[in-house]
Amino acid sequence: MSELVMAKQETQTSLYAQMNQLPGVGPRAESPLYHADLTTIAKQGPVDGSVQLQELALLGHLVLRGSLQNGSFVKGFARVMGFALPGPMQSAAEGDASVRWISPDEWLLIVPGSDAFSVETRLREAMEGHYSIANVSGGQTVLMLSGKDAISVLKKSTGYDLHDSNFPVGKVVTTVFAKTQAVIRRTGPQEWELVVRRSFSDYVWLWLQDASAEYGLIVRG
Amino acid sequence: MNLNSMTQQNRLQTGGRINRNKSLAFKFNGTSYPGFAGDTLASALLANGVDVVGRSFKYSRPRGIVAAGADEPNAVLQLGATEATQVPNVRATQQELFDGLVAASTNGWPSTDNDMMSYIGKVGGRMMPPGFYYKTFMYPQSLWDTYEKFIRKAAGLGRSPIENDPDIYDQMNHHADVMVVGAGPAGLSAALAAGRTGARVILADEQAEFGGMLLHSDETIDGKPACQWVDEVVAELTQMANVMLLPRSTVNGYHDHNFLTIHERRTDHIADLAPKGQVRQRMHRVRAGWVVLATGAIERPLVYGNNDVPGCMLASAVSTYIKRYAVVPGKELVLMTTNDRGYKAAFHWQDAGRKVVAIVDTRAESTAACVVEAQKRGLKVIKGSAVIEVKGSKRVTGVTIASIDAKGNRVTGNVRKLGCDTVASAGGWSPAVHLSCHAGSRPEWRDDIQAFVPGKTLQKQLTAGSVNGSYTLNACLEEGAQRGALAAANAGFGDQSDELVKVPTVSEAAEGPAMALFHVPHTKPTSRAPKQFVDYQTDVTAAGIEVATREGFESIEHVKRYTAMGFGTDQGKLGNINGMAIAAKSMNKTIPETGTTIFRPNYTPITFGAIAGRNCGELFDPKRYSAMHRWHLENGAKFEDVGQWKRPWYFPQAGESMQDSLNRECKAVRESAGILDASTLGKIDIQGKDAREFLGRVYSNAWAKLAVGKCRYGLMCGEDGMVFDDGVTACLAENHFVMTTTTGGAARVLEWLELYHQTEWPDMEVYFNTVTDHWSTLTISGPNSRKLLSELTDDIDLSKDNFKFMDWKAGTVAGVPARVFRISFTGELSFEVNVQANYGMYVWEKVFEVGAKYNLTPYGTESMHVLRAEKGFIIAGQDTDGSVTPIDLGMDWCVANSKPFSYIGKRGMAREDCVKENRKQLVGLKTKNPQVVIPEGSQAVADPKQPIPMTMLGHVTSSYYSACLNHSIAMGFVRGGLSRMGETVYYPQPDGSVIEAEVCSPIFLDPKGARQNV
Amino acid sequence: MFSIYCPYCEEHREEEEFHAKGQAHIARPLDPENCSDKEWGEYLYFRDNPRGLHHELWVHATGCRKFFNITRDTQSYEIKETYKIGAKPCFTATQDQ
Repeated sequence: MSELVMAKQETQTSLYAQMNQLPGVGPRAESPLYHADLTTIAKQGPVDGSVQLQELALLGHLVLRGSLQNGSFVKGFARVMGFALPGPMQSAAEGDASVRWISPDEWLLIVPGSDAFSVETRLREAMEGHYSIANVSGGQTVLMLSGKDAISVLKKSTGYDLHDSNFPVGKVVTTVFAKTQAVIRRTGPQEWELVVRRSFSDYVWLWLQDASAEYGLIVRG
Repeated sequence: MNLNSMTQQNRLQTGGRINRNKSLAFKFNGTSYPGFAGDTLASALLANGVDVVGRSFKYSRPRGIVAAGADEPNAVLQLGATEATQVPNVRATQQELFDGLVAASTNGWPSTDNDMMSYIGKVGGRMMPPGFYYKTFMYPQSLWDTYEKFIRKAAGLGRSPIENDPDIYDQMNHHADVMVVGAGPAGLSAALAAGRTGARVILADEQAEFGGMLLHSDETIDGKPACQWVDEVVAELTQMANVMLLPRSTVNGYHDHNFLTIHERRTDHIADLAPKGQVRQRMHRVRAGWVVLATGAIERPLVYGNNDVPGCMLASAVSTYIKRYAVVPGKELVLMTTNDRGYKAAFHWQDAGRKVVAIVDTRAESTAACVVEAQKRGLKVIKGSAVIEVKGSKRVTGVTIASIDAKGNRVTGNVRKLGCDTVASAGGWSPAVHLSCHAGSRPEWRDDIQAFVPGKTLQKQLTAGSVNGSYTLNACLEEGAQRGALAAANAGFGDQSDELVKVPTVSEAAEGPAMALFHVPHTKPTSRAPKQFVDYQTDVTAAGIEVATREGFESIEHVKRYTAMGFGTDQGKLGNINGMAIAAKSMNKTIPETGTTIFRPNYTPITFGAIAGRNCGELFDPKRYSAMHRWHLENGAKFEDVGQWKRPWYFPQAGESMQDSLNRECKAVRESAGILDASTLGKIDIQGKDAREFLGRVYSNAWAKLAVGKCRYGLMCGEDGMVFDDGVTACLAENHFVMTTTTGGAARVLEWLELYHQTEWPDMEVYFNTVTDHWSTLTISGPNSRKLLSELTDDIDLSKDNFKFMDWKAGTVAGVPARVFRISFTGELSFEVNVQANYGMYVWEKVFEVGAKYNLTPYGTESMHVLRAEKGFIIAGQDTDGSVTPIDLGMDWCVANSKPFSYIGKRGMAREDCVKENRKQLVGLKTKNPQVVIPEGSQAVADPKQPIPMTMLGHVTSSYYSACLNHSIAMGFVRGGLSRMGETVYYPQPDGSVIEAEVCSPIFLDPKGARQNV
Repeated sequence: MFSIYCPYCEEHREEEEFHAKGQAHIARPLDPENCSDKEWGEYLYFRDNPRGLHHELWVHATGCRKFFNITRDTQSYEIKETYKIGAKPCFTATQDQ
C-alpha cells in the first residue's frame, strides 16, 4: 500500500466511522423474513402457480450518496466496481454486484453480504470530497417476484406503469407498494426485484400471498 | 315447486339473447320465480308479470320497473341470500340473473304490495312539502338519529350486512394510451380504430355483453344484422394483445389528469358468494393518455299525471325488453312520443304480438315516414296530443289523453280516455354527460337537439356518438372510428389513416324534427293536477319544483337542494333535465339560462368492498415489527401501536394485572436489570463536513464541541419555537453522526432535515440516510447492566472512567459487532446496544442467557414511560403538543442562544407571546392521596368551587403509579407553574370528585442523576 | 388524482408518491433576529390562497425524496409546470392575466 493511500485512509477513518458489522462464524443471522420460514414453505408448500417468490436474504446493501459533479465519486465507483453509476431510473450490474439509481444523488449498491465492508472500504479509498456511504444491510431485504402472472400481482400493488414500453428490463423505480414502498427493478421479461424495508417485510409478505392467491404462489427457497 | 311448470307470462317463445335451455330460479320478496340465462333480474321480474318492485320514498306509492339500464330509479333492490352477502342499492336492470339469486325490495314495509306507509303517505305527502329535506332535517340536531332511521327506511337505501363479507375485493392499476368508455357502436368503433394502431387500449362497458343499443336494434351494418358486426369487432379486439376488454365494468369516476376508476363485477353474475379464491369485484384504476367517452344517451321520460304507476316505462326500455330479453312487459300499450325514434317501441310491441292501443304523438306534424309505417301496420296515430294522466295504482289501467298546443304549454281540448296496461313515453334523449362532469366541466346546452352535451374540458378527452348528441348509427360509427384514431394519434400511435377510420355502411331512415316537450300540461294547473313525477327516487314532482322557484330558489343548485331532485342513488339520470326544464319554464327562462347541475362520481353506486380492495383485515394498515418481535410474542408481550409499529407494551406473567406487571418491570430495572427493545426509534445517518453545523441549526442546543465518541440529547423545534421532536445524537466521527428521533417522528424528522437542506441550505455538504431498520437497539438498564454486559463483551472497556455517561464505543457484544451508547432514559446505568438487525434476535437471546442471574426482565413501553416519568424526562408528542417551547418544558439547559447561526426555533421562541410571564409550564404533580393517579388530560383549576366555566390552568400530560416510589406521579402544564412550587392545584373529574395535587419538580427520583453516573 | 412530472426522476408519477408542502418560494429570512414579530409571523403563517395559478412546494416522498415546485391552477387543477428548487417558474399569475 502506498504512503498516499495510507495517509488518505487515516483521514477517512477520522472523518467517517466505518465498521464491519458482520460477526465471524457463529452468531445466527435472521433475515427480515426469517420468521416466515420460506425454506420450509418452498419444500412443502404449493407447487402449482404462476407466480414465484424468493427472498434473497442477507445481502450487502450500501446507500451511496454523492454528486455527479464529484469526479472522484463517479470515477471511484467505476474503478472499484468495474461499471459506471447508472443514470435516472436505470440500474447496472456485473457479476454479483448491482447498483440502482434512487435519486440524482443517491444509488443503492447491493453486493454479497460478506462483501459489504470490503466494498465500502474500497469505495471510500477511491472517493474524495463530499459523498456518503451508509451500510443498510440489516434494514432491508430483496424479494424476487417472477412468473407469468407476476405482473398482475404488481399491478395490484403499485400504480407505476409496468408495461414493457415504460419499464424495460434494467429499469428501476422507487414507488408506492401497497401501503408501503419498494425499490422495484425489472430483471427479466417476467421477473422483478423488490427491495423492501425490514420492518415492512412481513406486511409485504402477507400482501404478496393475498394478491397472488388467485394465480397460485410458489415460494422458492 | 316445479319451476318449469310456472309460466313466464310475458315471455316470448322466440327471439332475444336469452338461453331458453338454461333455466334459473330466483326469489323476489320471498316468492320463487323462473328465468333464463341472459336475463337481468329486471327482465325476469317483468317476464313473470311482477309489477310492483318498491315503494316510493315520500308518498309510499307503488313503483315498477321504468328503464332497462343504469338509469333505473325504482328497481333498486337489496340482494343477498345470506346475511354476510347482503348488497344494497343493486339496480335490477343491471343485475344479471343467476340460479339461487335472492332479492328484496328495500322500502316496502311491511310488504311492497300492501304498504302501511301508503296510508301515512297520503297524509304525509301534505305534511312533507318540497324542502322538507332541507327544512326539517336541519334541526334539531338531537333528533338526527331518528331522522336518519326514517330517511333510510323511507328512502329505500337498503341496509348493510351485519356480518363480515366473505368475498374478496381488490384493486388493479393500469396505464392506457386510449381508454374507451362504453362499448356501443361508437365505443366499439373507437376501440377498433385505436387498437389497430398498436396503442394500449382499454374498453370498458357496464353490461355483460358489448354492443350497447345494437343488442336490441333492428339496424343492419354492412348488410348484416348489427349483432353480427358486434361479434366480429369483439373477436378482432379480443385477438389484440394491446387491447384490454372489461365487460361488466362501470367507469364510475373520471378524475383529474385522465385518471379513471372502473368498478368491475367479476362474479356477481355467477352467484351471491364468489367461488373460493376468486375476486368478486375489482376496482381498476386507470391513468389514460387519451379518453374517448362513448357513454351514449339516456332516454327522457315525459312528465305527466300519475306517471309513476307501474306500467309507465321508457319507450326504449320497452324495446330493449322485447328485443333483447324476449319479454313484453304488458298487454296493451299506449305510446307517447315527441320524436320519430319513439315509434319503434310500438312497432316492436306489435311484432311481439301484443296490442298497441294508440301512438300518441305530441307533435302536430309528425314525420311522414313514421306515420306511413304506422298506418301500414294498422296502428292508430293520434297527433298533436299527449297522455295527460294515468289511471291505476299498482298497474296502469288506462290513460287520459288530450290535444295540446304546438308548444306543449296547455291542453287545448279533446279529452278522452283509453284503456291500456302500459304507457311508454319517449321524450327525447339526454347524452350521458356524467363522466365529463367529474373533473369540473359543465355541460353545454344544444338547442338543435334540446340536450346538454359534454362541455369544455382540460382533460385529454374526446367524445363520440350519442353522448355527443350524434344519435344516428352512422354518426356513432363514424365518430367512434374518427375519435378512436385521433386519440391514438394524440397518444403517439397511428396516423388516422383511412383504413383505421373506414366506416361500415348503414342504411337508416332520416329522422324528422322532435318536439321540445318535458312537462306534459294537464287540464288542471300543475299544483292541482295528479302528481307529475320528475324524480322517482326522491319523489320530486313538477309541482314541487314550481314551489321551489316560487319560494325564490332560482339557482338550479338551490332548486336541487331544496327539492332533493337528483339526490337519489341514481343521481337523477332520468329526471334532472326535465326538472331543469320545469324550473326554467316557471321562471320564464331558457334551460341554458337556468343551467345544469353537474354530476359527481360515482356514476352508479359501488360497494365499499371495491373501494377498500385488499386494504382490510390484516392488511388494513402495515404492521411494522422489530427483529425481536418473535421473542416478544413467545414471551407473552402485550403490544402497543406506536405509529405503525407494534411495540411491546408490557410483559405480564401468569396471573398478573397490567399494573402488577408494570410494578415488577420497573422494580427490576431500578434494582437489577431490565431490557427494552428500542429498535423502533428513528435513526438517521448523517455524513458530511457540514453535518455538525447542520445539527446546530436544527437543534436548539449546541453541537460545535461534541467530540467524537460522545452523545448528546437535543430538542428539535419548528420555526415557531415549539418543540416537535427530540432524541440523542452521537458523534461517530468528525464528519459523521447518527441521530435518533422518536419512533413516531422518524419519517417527519428526515423529511424536515431534507426540506431545510434542499430548499434553504443546499450548499451545505451533508447527506442524510435512514438507518432505522438497519440497527436493532437493545437497551439494557439497571444497576447490574454493566456487570451483565461485561459477560458478553471482551473488547469494550465498560469501566466507569473509560466509558462515561453519554459516551459511545464500538466493539462486539455476544460476538457481534456493536455500537454501544451509554445513555439513559430510565435514570439508571444504561447501555444501548446497537447491532445490525439481522443479528438483533441472536444478541437479544444471548443477553438473556447471561441475564438470568441478574433477574434480567424485559420491559415494555409502558414501564419505560413510568421509569422516565420518575426522572421527569419528557416524551415529545405526549408532554408536548406543538404549543410548548423548551423553556415551557423547563429545559433551558437545552437552549443555546449563543450559537452564531439563528437556529430553527430561536426567533420563534423570542416572540412576544413566547416570552411573556405566566405561560403554561411543565411541572411535577404529587397527589395529596399518594394512591390516586390523576387521569391524563385532567384540567387544572385553582379553585374547585368556582362555578362553571372554571378558569383552567393547564392539564396533566403524563400520569402513572410509581411502584418504586410507592406513590403516584404526574407531569403536567400549569400556568406559571415553575413559580408555584408547593402550591395546590385541583383536578375536577367527570364524576364530580376533585383530585388535589401539589406542584413540585418533575424529577421525582434521584434529582442529582447519581444513579446513571455509577 | 394528479399525475405529476418529477423534474428529478424525469417522468410523470402518481400523486400518491408525493406530499404537498405548501406555498413555494417562502424563503427563510436571512437575519431572523432582526425580523419584527410581525415580519416573523408573516414568514411563519401568512400564505396566499389564490384562485388560479399558485406556486407550490411538493416533495417526491415515495420516490427520489427531492423537493421541487409546481405551478398549479387551483381552479382547474391543471399543472402548468414543475421545476427544481432554485429555478424560476415560467408561468406566473400576473403573466397569465
